[in-house]
Amino acid sequence: MTNKTRIKLPEKTAVGDVIEVRALINHVMETGNRKDAAGQIIPRNIIRSLTVTFGRVTVFMAEFGPGISSNPFVAFYMRVPGPGEFVFTWEDDAGAKTVERTPLYVG
Amino acid sequence: MSADPTTPAEPHSAVTISDRRDFVLGGAAAAALVLLLQSTPRAAAGEAPEVAAPVAAPSPAEPVSRIPISSGLAHSVQFEQALQDILVDAEPVVGEPMTLELPDLAENGNVVPYSLIVESPMTDTDYVRMLYLLSTANPQALVAKFQLIPANGKATVSGRMRLAKTQDVVGIAEISTGQMVVAVRKVEVTIGGCGNE
Repeated sequence: MTNKTRIKLPEKTAVGDVIEVRALINHVMETGNRKDAAGQIIPRNIIRSLTVTFGRVTVFMAEFGPGISSNPFVAFYMRVPGPGEFVFTWEDDAGAKTVERTPLYVG
Repeated sequence: MSADPTTPAEPHSAVTISDRRDFVLGGAAAAALVLLLQSTPRAAAGEAPEVAAPVAAPSPAEPVSRIPISSGLAHSVQFEQALQDILVDAEPVVGEPMTLELPDLAENGNVVPYSLIVESPMTDTDYVRMLYLLSTANPQALVAKFQLIPANGKATVSGRMRLAKTQDVVGIAEISTGQMVVAVRKVEVTIGGCGNE
């Protein structure tokens, strides 16, 4: 099972620029605190982590708790070392991994 | 935390060590909570002026937070535990060079935009290694943590968080030099998130 993702990078970049990287994934982020109509606790299922690599370098890692909103969105920065490919890997409580590859064009 | 002292123990007789430890920890936390609850009215009865400094008049039984929480706002025992786990022995600097951007008023506690911003040169010898986002009154204190490297160029992370009720939100930055920086920001919440009423 994969979830829908959306990555946003600036259209024009140059080597040395510090760019904003925005990553979103569709996910319920069920906290495990809520109960259904029958009073049963709805089991927790959240995106636990996001790992971002560029080239072979891990440039960003996030660990999320239930206090992150559904469809978790995160924005961070990176200094552009040159053209390359981002790999975004999200993992949820169920162990489901969603991987998104996004090229970064430079010049 | 779901340690409910009124519920009888699980029917199975095979209680594992870890179960017992959880129970003991839960009990300790509950006791600490009771202490906290008992001490609060005393502090209130002390008629501290509204504008008193957050560090003023610590009643001996009340665990005083290591960071300046807004006066009159509750902060959970598990928040203090999470704070302790992050700070350990470090003496945190409050404020500069860190900013925690949040709305003063959040109408919907399910979606509250945040930004953790640290002024840092982000060089190999001086950069922000970790950023933590904590809530003082959500069911779980640690909202998120982020690992950065000098190649990020800018120590800023944004996203959207849930807030169960009006509370302080706390950002902590761990600098590569070992320094810890803390920022605290109060958010008024109209409709709480987190699915607990």
